[in-house]
Amino acid sequence: MHFSLTEEQRLIVDTTREFVANELYPHEAEVEATGRLRPELRDEIKRKAIDAGLYAANMPAEVGGAGLDTLTWILYERELGRANYALHWTCVGRPSNILMACKGDQRERYLLPAVRGERSECLAMTEPGAGSDLRGMKTRARQEGDDFVINGSKHFISHADEADFVVLFAATGEETSARGNRALITAFLIDRGTPGFQVLEGYKSVSHRGYSNCILQFDDCRIPKSQVLGEVGRGFEVANQWLGATRLQVAATCLGRAERALDLATRWAAERQQFGQQIGKFQGVSFKLADMATELKAAELLTLEAAWKVDQGTVTDSDMAMAKLKATEMLAFVADEAIQIHGGMGLMSDLPLERIWRDARVERIWEGTSEIQRHIISRALLRPLGA
Amino acid sequence: MKRILVAIKRVVDYNVRIRVKPDGSGVITDGVKMSINPFDEIALEEALRLKEKGIVEEVLAVSIGTADCQQQLRTALAMGADRAILVQTDAVIEPLDAARIFRALCERETPLLAILGKQAIDDDCSQTGQMLAALWGRPQATFASKVEINGDVARVTREVDAGLETIEVDLPAVITTDLRLNEPRYVKLPDIMKAKKKPLDTLDPGALGVTPVERLKPVKFEPPPVRAKGVMVKDTQELIDALRRKGLA
Repeated sequence: MHFSLTEEQRLIVDTTREFVANELYPHEAEVEATGRLRPELRDEIKRKAIDAGLYAANMPAEVGGAGLDTLTWILYERELGRANYALHWTCVGRPSNILMACKGDQRERYLLPAVRGERSECLAMTEPGAGSDLRGMKTRARQEGDDFVINGSKHFISHADEADFVVLFAATGEETSARGNRALITAFLIDRGTPGFQVLEGYKSVSHRGYSNCILQFDDCRIPKSQVLGEVGRGFEVANQWLGATRLQVAATCLGRAERALDLATRWAAERQQFGQQIGKFQGVSFKLADMATELKAAELLTLEAAWKVDQGTVTDSDMAMAKLKATEMLAFVADEAIQIHGGMGLMSDLPLERIWRDARVERIWEGTSEIQRHIISRALLRPLGA
Repeated sequence: MKRILVAIKRVVDYNVRIRVKPDGSGVITDGVKMSINPFDEIALEEALRLKEKGIVEEVLAVSIGTADCQQQLRTALAMGADRAILVQTDAVIEPLDAARIFRALCERETPLLAILGKQAIDDDCSQTGQMLAALWGRPQATFASKVEINGDVARVTREVDAGLETIEVDLPAVITTDLRLNEPRYVKLPDIMKAKKKPLDTLDPGALGVTPVERLKPVKFEPPPVRAKGVMVKDTQELIDALRRKGLA
């Protein structure tokens, strides 16, 4: 393993960072203050992102993406992650890789328009009664002839209000396993506007202002079986095949924000004068910076190594769990310390620190909580010993 | 083939806070982010726009310097240049030698236009374009803020002390770019992947008949003086007195 970036990777990092600084940062204050991303602003930035080839760059070249390898994709995510979430996620969309499971005319109806930025998707798994325990989901799809009839509700569904269609995970049966009966899950593609499918306003979240979460309600929503993504009863396999690396995506966006927070804190420590000297000359402040930089680097190495291993085909579930765990917990620490170094000013919305600090909170929860990641890591250690 | 030659200089990125070496022999460049000189980026953008308008068929990016300059040429290729030449040397290149190298390349490549930044943000010389025009025996239009090509003539609006001046020059010609000529594009991600396949040739200055000579001897580099702390005054009268004492009011 070597640790230097290729010429292409360096260029991709530079051009993404430049786009984020020029096109996203100037609108952060508005989105944070109003809690909303204006549709006109969204469309304007989205157009620029498409022109710059940044939109859907995570997707393979054969479907119109940039064809980045995982490591390069993660470097690009790190740069996007520096900005307000609503801005980078909505305007510089990265369609879910799960759409690569589209077959036949699903490709033309869902996959390709998503890559072109004409349609966007959301993913619906979580339910009020099924968070970390996804197999406990209650949303059911009952087969009736050539149709499925769906009933149930989902919540915390990110950007469902923006989405044109949903990738829905619903139980279509049960299987008997060593640990008792478990739901068999199927993935479906469901268009907004399908009768019996409603998108309701979700909750107000402390993290990621302007980026909504919604409640999805299904009441006898009838869809033809051609809307199944992958195979019936194999929804988890589809998800595992395509969504594994989203934990690295979370880790990478955390690295970007932590870098920004550390940068602000370092500059402040060099500029701010108290007791006749720069506060960075006080060891109480300078050692904080040292610890922040060290934690950031550790998280970065874990994340980039896991991404590199994805490309080598040698990544383990544990590698990705470690990266996600470390990067999200590191961001919480770095954001908190950056505020401490700034003192009162760090809490004011004039600086991006208070929102980086708020936004950091959700990262330890979504895409698998820190506890789920620790469970994965510890099981990989203990399972071979029969414990 | 009608082409434009664009000069690309590798410089310390404009966002970097410059630090002078402790012995005063130069500025620190180790581990510092390096970029295309911003005025050269504007030159490249203008060349790409002229190509997109169908005025030329090829944009050739040229840099002079160490092997590291390949990074900036790759960026130029990713932005849209068709091919690149690095005139590779570890020697110090002063404007006259740079102009001689560009002249040799202009004679070899016979471009319709040579576009250069009006100056590089490292040494701020603002000499290479002018010297190139003289050596090449072609007209020059410096500090351009607007360029229009009509057949064999370029109509160039120049930023001069008195405002804007519009001149016409016969082609081939040398143009140097000012800040307001255009806004360079973002490098497109898919183009970055493609840039690797574009040709980047390396030449020795000797192959162009140029032996770099150091005519100038830098005596000392030092950072600008740190801005002195402000003085507090009680009222307007004290302010005016203070300004008077300094001969400012």
